[in-house]
Order: sequence, then structure tokens, then C-alpha cells
Amino acid sequence: MADPTLPATAAAPGRSTSRGPTGALLGVLPFFGYTAIFLVTPTLVVVVGAFLDGSNQPTLGNISALTQPQVVSAFVNSVILSAVTAVLGAVFGGLLSYAVATGRPGGLLRRVMTAVCGVLAQFGGVTLAFAFVATVGLQGFVTIWLQKVGIDMDGSTWLFEPTRGLVLVYTYFQIPLMLIVFLPAVDGLRSQWREAAETLGGSTWDYWRHVAGPILAPSFIGALLLLFTNAFSAYATAAALVSQGSPIIPLQIGGALSSEVLLGQENVGKAMALGMVVIVAVVMTLYAVLERRTTRWLGR
Amino acid sequence: MSLQASRRRRQTLFRHVVVGVIGLFFALPMVAMLEFTTRAPGGGRSLDTWATLLDVGAVERDYPELMTGLIASAGLAVLTVAIMLLLLVPTMTWVRLRLPGLRRTVEFICLLPLTIPAIVLVVGLAPVYAWVTYFFGESSVWLCFAYVVLVLPYAYRALDAGLSAIDVRTLAEAARSLGASWFTVMWRVILPNIRTAVLLSAFLSVALVLGEFTIASLLNRDNLQVAINLLGKRDASISIAVSFAALLVAFLVLFAMSFVGNGRRARRSKES
Amino acid sequence: MSTLAPVRDAAPTRGVGVRLTDLRRSYGTVRALDGLTLSIEPGELVALLGPSGCGKTTALRLLAGLEDADGGRVEVGGRDITRVPTNKRDMGMVFQAYSLFPHMTARQNVEFGLQLRGAASAKRRARATEMLELVGLETQADRYAHQLSGGQQQRVALARALAIQPQVLLLDEPLSALDAKVRVQLREEIRRIQLEVGTTTLFVTHDQEEALAVADRVGVMRAGNLEQLAPPQELYARPATAFVADFVGLTNRMAATVGSGRAHVLGASVPLLPGSAPSGAAVVLIRPEALAVRADPRGSATVVTASFLGALGRVTVLTDGGETVIAQIDNAAVAGFAPGDRVSVTPRADAALAVSAG
Repeated sequence: MADPTLPATAAAPGRSTSRGPTGALLGVLPFFGYTAIFLVTPTLVVVVGAFLDGSNQPTLGNISALTQPQVVSAFVNSVILSAVTAVLGAVFGGLLSYAVATGRPGGLLRRVMTAVCGVLAQFGGVTLAFAFVATVGLQGFVTIWLQKVGIDMDGSTWLFEPTRGLVLVYTYFQIPLMLIVFLPAVDGLRSQWREAAETLGGSTWDYWRHVAGPILAPSFIGALLLLFTNAFSAYATAAALVSQGSPIIPLQIGGALSSEVLLGQENVGKAMALGMVVIVAVVMTLYAVLERRTTRWLGR
Repeated sequence: MSLQASRRRRQTLFRHVVVGVIGLFFALPMVAMLEFTTRAPGGGRSLDTWATLLDVGAVERDYPELMTGLIASAGLAVLTVAIMLLLLVPTMTWVRLRLPGLRRTVEFICLLPLTIPAIVLVVGLAPVYAWVTYFFGESSVWLCFAYVVLVLPYAYRALDAGLSAIDVRTLAEAARSLGASWFTVMWRVILPNIRTAVLLSAFLSVALVLGEFTIASLLNRDNLQVAINLLGKRDASISIAVSFAALLVAFLVLFAMSFVGNGRRARRSKES
Repeated sequence: MSTLAPVRDAAPTRGVGVRLTDLRRSYGTVRALDGLTLSIEPGELVALLGPSGCGKTTALRLLAGLEDADGGRVEVGGRDITRVPTNKRDMGMVFQAYSLFPHMTARQNVEFGLQLRGAASAKRRARATEMLELVGLETQADRYAHQLSGGQQQRVALARALAIQPQVLLLDEPLSALDAKVRVQLREEIRRIQLEVGTTTLFVTHDQEEALAVADRVGVMRAGNLEQLAPPQELYARPATAFVADFVGLTNRMAATVGSGRAHVLGASVPLLPGSAPSGAAVVLIRPEALAVRADPRGSATVVTASFLGALGRVTVLTDGGETVIAQIDNAAVAGFAPGDRVSVTPRADAALAVSAG
């Protein structure tokens, strides 16, 4: 008899039917169960394991192992690589976003660009790594062409160095990611704001300086942070390109996982992973804060 | 009499220049890949590599790992999307209808993988997958469990947008008042109305699964990207050809998808 | 909630005259403006009224400089500003929606124009406060747009537009996005403020009641040009064309015969307006309030519905000739009519416009 045919108000939702609140919780059990096993557990394994040694005794040895020179340099390299490519991606991606946003909403340019960027951003390091091998690798298209013109790429392993080659390849997927993340924000700029600024006497520069700039700033910085995280966490591209050594942290972790060294080495990998998580968590928190502000202004 | 017109012209010029330059940057590796894979041994062009690739029999014979990887990835894509939808759609709808207080929690969990990158997750997955192997065997398709976690943020966002666009509560209550069971509500009322979001989340998931390398590689299983990587050490040309083909297919699918779910793009209010 | 503010140092703005001459604007094959010519007197509020696509917004945007004219001239205060860019035209504009900058408080929004002109901080603040008091929102000065209601946002937008003491004030359907009750309240506000400050104003709307309520003169537009430009009473009582008669207020169309300067309709004869067709069969346009309805068992019409509308009543009848006629009656008389009653309908002494049936 207690069937909710016409609920009068939007009051206590869990109370309206025969099943009551505990019954409702049953409905979300599969989800929480699944994520507990495949998301929370691995996370705990990493977090807790970072503080355990080979015989599962608590220790800070793994953390102190992080101070080894090659680990420190890997962290530093990762941060620099991520920061540089984040900035490059943000700047060029930002320009691209603005260019696309000013085009026709349903137009071909926009569709193609969005699709291209969707693919390049999401699709994965290995294919892109090989694309670059084909371009600037030993037998690469551009390498050969430059040789014909007389420029010899000194030491054709430059592609595999984090400072040069990786920067180039990473930027290649950072720009598209920027478009995907930032374009909605640029779309959110109402034409009325520009027109209002104009009627009040503002020039184009005034508009950008006082209106569009400040409005887009949180989104821009947020996107930049996201780009940082993206580069920082990337593994596949580097794994496919770098055959010797582990100049960046993800490769170090990969190495720790797949090496047949002493058992204890695994937990150093966990400590490194924890270090990564901490850095990424900080950046993502900042991103979340900025996102909230943006949503308010751009009414999305 | 063309003040606004000149501004529009400048904007168009800017647009063409920026898109042109960056477009060139994007296109270069693609062109390079095509160039690389059509090189004939003695100079000049040859379509041998592509002919080989399109000959399924030859692929199976000469590059068995590629075939294995492709099939594994295909299976993974299907399974991941299925599990993801089965997990997320009922849960998200249910939370909206009966447990709105849990919404933030569910959102947090779904967005958590953004902070736990694959390379970190795989470290913690090793012991979990020991159990998975125990129960399900060693096949690569069981990577789907991990992949569902990886796609959670993207799928959640897409589905959340879709559910926000319709009045879930009213639809569900209307259906219930007409006598529908909860299954009917989900399957015949909610789902058809979030078709676009479901499609989008499915596509994003497929893209991610097909592009995934980290977890598969470090858990020693096969998938497309692992296969391509392995192949790259052996035969650069074929691996580059496969990479190109994969990117092209993904692009075509995404491009086609942009014609579905219209109206969402045209949100800019243009005064006329 | 009182929104009246005392007339303080609201320095009266120099009202200037506006003249649009033969303005033309096309978008592809669509002709949005077709040779529009219009003058606004200093300090006057002219409303442009019409259905969507009639060109009223285009005309306003041309005046603002937000669109370029294909032909014609725009003059303000005697000066030809057709080629002057928007940001030099010294006009204040209020948009239909999203007027305010979302990242600034109300006060900062109002100060914006003054900030661009390099006004000193103290002077800016004083002027902004003055304007916010004028629109009754001085207590909300530090709120952001998303914290204000639609009506409040538009009032801030108005304050912002007036803060720079513009030569002309442009209002592009400022009330269309608001609730009905807020709309009525706010339009009185806008009119009061406009009269106080004395700025020449162009007000665009598709709501004829709004136009009639606020304007000194109303211009009814259709297909890119003016059908009639006249004070509200004249527009209502003596519409120049059938379109205007139809668009402004309710009108009944009835078959009649015209002869010797009078129209014969509903068994009575009414005088014709000048400009009506001279003779023969015609269609007559009569306002509902110009008809009287009376219960009459031998009448020639049947009641379809009788509605009580609060301040007045409305009766819809079907004549024996098959025409549907709407008459306005006293609100107390509504109870006396029921569907199916026989009534007789007679026109009052007011004149009716007649157009040829062909």
C-alpha cells in the first residue's frame, strides 16, 4: 500500500517506499564491492607495502632508498619533463582551443580537430612512440630529409633522451589533451561579455585583460595541472622508446616490478609509487579546487 | 562599413594560421608513418607492408603475436565496456534516485583513478591478480577487471553528464507509478534516454582499452599495444603500419561519433 | 521590497537625438533590415516591437556598432557614427541574458566602464554606489552574478550601463528572460530611472504590453521595416495596418459591408477610420472592449466560453454566421454567462478599421 505514486515534496528520498534505506544500500553494493577489490586494495597494497620490508616487517628503509641518486634524478627528470611539456601543451593547446572555438560550432574544422585530438590524447604511448620513430628516429622521414639537406642529427639517439626526444613526443599528446580539457571553458565565454566590454568602451586588449583572461585563468591553470599529471604518470611512451636505463620515475617503477632482483626491491618500487601518488594527489587537489571555481563562473 | 567584418577576418586568419601550424605538427608523424611503411628495399615506393597487413592469413602465420594481441584487445574492449556499463549505469541511477547523499562518495571513487596512475595501480594489482589467475586462469581477457577501474573517471563523467541532462527522478517515478519494476525502469526508461552518454562512455572505454600498455605489459599479458611493442623490436615496418591503422580507425570512429548526439556542441550563444 | 530611490545627485545625462536613415543589413539571402528610417528625440524612450526575425534586434545592434550596416547612416547628436567602432560610441547596453561579468562583484561590474576610462578609484566607487542606489541594490554591491536573481542581475546591468553617462541607452529585450511578475515590476523601474536620468533610449521587445507600458513612442516592425511609429495610445486606437492591429492587443476580424463611410457589421453600423477601404465587402477589425454582450434569447450568437480574468472578464461567442468573436466584459458579469446561452453582440460607438476582403 505504501507505494509512491505522487510524492508531494522532494523530501527524504530513502523513506518513501517499502524498502527503506538499508534496502537501498544493497543496490550500490556491487559497485563498492568491485572498487574495493580492484581499486582500494591495490592502493592499500602500495601505500602499506611502501613501509614493509622483504619479510613484511614495518620499515622506513624503502623510503630512505628513495634518496638514492638515480631515484632522485628520476624524480627530478619526471618533474621537469612534466612541467615543460605541460607548459608547452598548455600554451599551444590554448591557442588551438581559442582558434577552434571561434570557428563554426558544427563546422568541419571543429569536428576534425576534436576527433584528432581525442585520438592523440587518449590513444596510447606505444603507437605514438612508433610514429616518432618513423619521423625522427634513425631511419626517420625527417632525419633522412634533413640529412639530404645537409643537417645531420648528432647522435640519433636524441629521441630517447628525456630532455629532448621525450619532450617532443610528450608535447605531441599534451597539446591534444589541452584542447579536450580547455575547449569547453573557451566555449563558455559568452559573446555578451565581449559585447558588453565593447559598449562600455573597452578595446580587444581591455577585454582580454579584464574579462576573458581572468575568467579563463582558473580553467587554464587547472588544465595545465592536469597536463602535468598526465605527463608525470605516462609510462608506455617512454617504455617503448627508452631501451637503456630508467631516466624517469615510471620507468624506475616498471623496472623494479619486472626485475628479478631480491624480493625487497619490490617494496622500493612501492615506495616510489607512493611518492608518485603523493605528488599527483597534491596537483589533483589543486586542480579540483580550481575546477569548482570555474564551474561557478562559466555555469557549466 | 566593415569594422566587425574586419575583426572577423582577422579572427579567421588567426584561426587558419594556428590550426595550420599545429595541424602540420600533428600531421608530420602521420605522414612519416605512411612514408616509412611504403619504402621499397631499393628506393622508391612499395605497398608490400600494407598488403601483408591486410592479408589476415599472412599476419597469422608471420606475426602470430600480433593476431593474439589483437584478439585479446578486442575481447578486452567488449568485456570492459560490458562490465563498466553493468556496474555504473544501475549504480549511478540508483544513487540519484534513492541515495543522493552517496553521490559525492561515488564520484570521488570514480575519479580516484585519475590520481592513481596505471603505473602505480599495477604495482598494487600484482597480488590481486594472483587471485584472479587462481579463479579465472591466465588469459589476457581478465585484464578487463583492471581496465574497468582505469576507465571509471571518463565513463563516469560521460554518464553523469547524460544523467544530468534528463530528469531521472521524474522519469523513474512516472514509470514506477505506472507499475514498472526497477529492471524495467533501468532498461526501458532510463537507458534509452542516455543513449548518447552510454555510447560516449563506451567509446572512451574502448579507446582506452585499445591504447593500454602499462598494466598489460607489467602483468605479463598480451594485448594489442604489447604486441605492437614486441613487434617493433623485430619488424619496424609492420609495427608502424599497425600503429597507423589503429590511429586511423580510432579517428574515423571518433569523427563519426561527433555527428551523433548533436546539439551539445552548439552551445555558444551567437547573437544575430 | 521598495525599490524607489530618492533623486540624488543622479546627474541628468545629456540626452541626444538619434537618427537612423535607410539602414540595410542582410545575412546571406535573408534581409534583416530593409531600409529602416527612424528618429529618436533627445530624452525619448522608443520601443521597437515585433515578432522574431523582424529586425528589431538587428537595428539595435547596428546602432551599438556590434554589427556593420550594409547601407544607410547612423547619426547620434548630429554626428555620423556609422563608421565609428563600438567602443567609441559611448552607449550603454543591457542584454537579454548573461549581461554581467561573472568574475566581478556587482560593484566591480558597475565600475568597469569607469575603470576603463581611467577614473580615480574614489570617484569610481562613489559613482558606482550612486548607481547601485539608483537601482536599489546598494546592499548587494559585493555579490557576484550567480548570487543574484535574474531581476537583480538586470538591474545591476542597467546601473553599469548608466554609470558611464552614455549618450544613448540600449536595451535588448532586457526582461524576456525573467518571470512574469518580476518583468512587470522591473519595467516600471526601468521607465522611472530612464525618466529621471533623461537618457535617450531604444528598447527592443516582442511583448506588446511591455512596449505600450514603457515607451514614449512605439515602432512596430515587420520584415525589416517599420509598419508604424506612434505613441502607445495612437498605436492601439488607430493602427495603421492590419498587422499592427493584430500584433498590438487582441483584435476581432469580422465580415462586414462598407458603404457611405460606415461599416455594417453585427447588425449595426460603425464609423470608419481614415485609410479604410472605401466600399464593398470587407473585413473589419474591432477591439474586444469595443463590443457589448447581452443575454438575449433572440440574439444571433452563442456563448462558447466565459472567463474570469481577475480585473476583467472575457466572453467568446460563435455568431450564427460562423465567426468567433471575443468580447471584453465587466468581471462581475462573467457569472451571468454560461456556454450555450444565446446572446447578442453589438459594437460600441468606437470606430473600426476596415480592410478590403480581396
